[in-house]
Amino acid sequence: MIHNSTDVIIKTVARIFIPFIQLYALYVIMHGHYSPGGGFQGGVILGASLILLLITHGERVAMQRISENWITILFSLGVLIYAGIGTLCLFFGGNFLDYGVLAPLLHVSPAAARSLGILGVEIGVGIAVMSVMVSIFYNIARSGPYRNKGTTARRES
Amino acid sequence: MILPFDIIILLFVVICAVAALTVKDLLSAVVILGAYSFFMCLMWTQMGAVDVAFTEASVSASVGTILLITAVFKTTRNSKD
Repeated sequence: MIHNSTDVIIKTVARIFIPFIQLYALYVIMHGHYSPGGGFQGGVILGASLILLLITHGERVAMQRISENWITILFSLGVLIYAGIGTLCLFFGGNFLDYGVLAPLLHVSPAAARSLGILGVEIGVGIAVMSVMVSIFYNIARSGPYRNKGTTARRES
Repeated sequence: MILPFDIIILLFVVICAVAALTVKDLLSAVVILGAYSFFMCLMWTQMGAVDVAFTEASVSASVGTILLITAVFKTTRNSKD
């Protein structure tokens, strides 16, 4: 499933398209609080661009860009950003994920602090979703063919 | 709300759902399920739920289809029906 494709058209089209897909994903994450989209959808699109690199250029090229250790670090980091911003609000005397109380820390008004807080949470969600999508695909695609243990018994009966 | 558009999209959704359940080949079923997700995405957009439509298009129609195709490549057909 994941190997270096020999077709020049597939490789060229993927190489041209991947930066634009990633740029669009960053746009979706950054504009999540004004328009449709957000951390989850942007993270999925960012993960899809990495999956496209993985199925067209093979495991070796893709893993030079983002190795398996980095995927593990990134999805822990995404959850840490999300939960860290939420817990930081608890330390400033608000509720969990109540960004308005972060205003003295960021030196802005409470409304702007809410906008920046939701942006930080969406960046964390986007990083986590991207790395989990790549990790799920990589773990399915790399394992061997699935053999059901019960099929031989059923065929005999 | 445009009623003819709504009815046509609903018809396509039902046709795709029935076809995905009845077709024998697993890869064809996955591709038809991707088409079903895309028509559901059009339906959410038409009903005004743009955020849900975006999630449907990005998650179900792209990454879900990729993961199901990968799973189909890893399975073998044992029964003869």
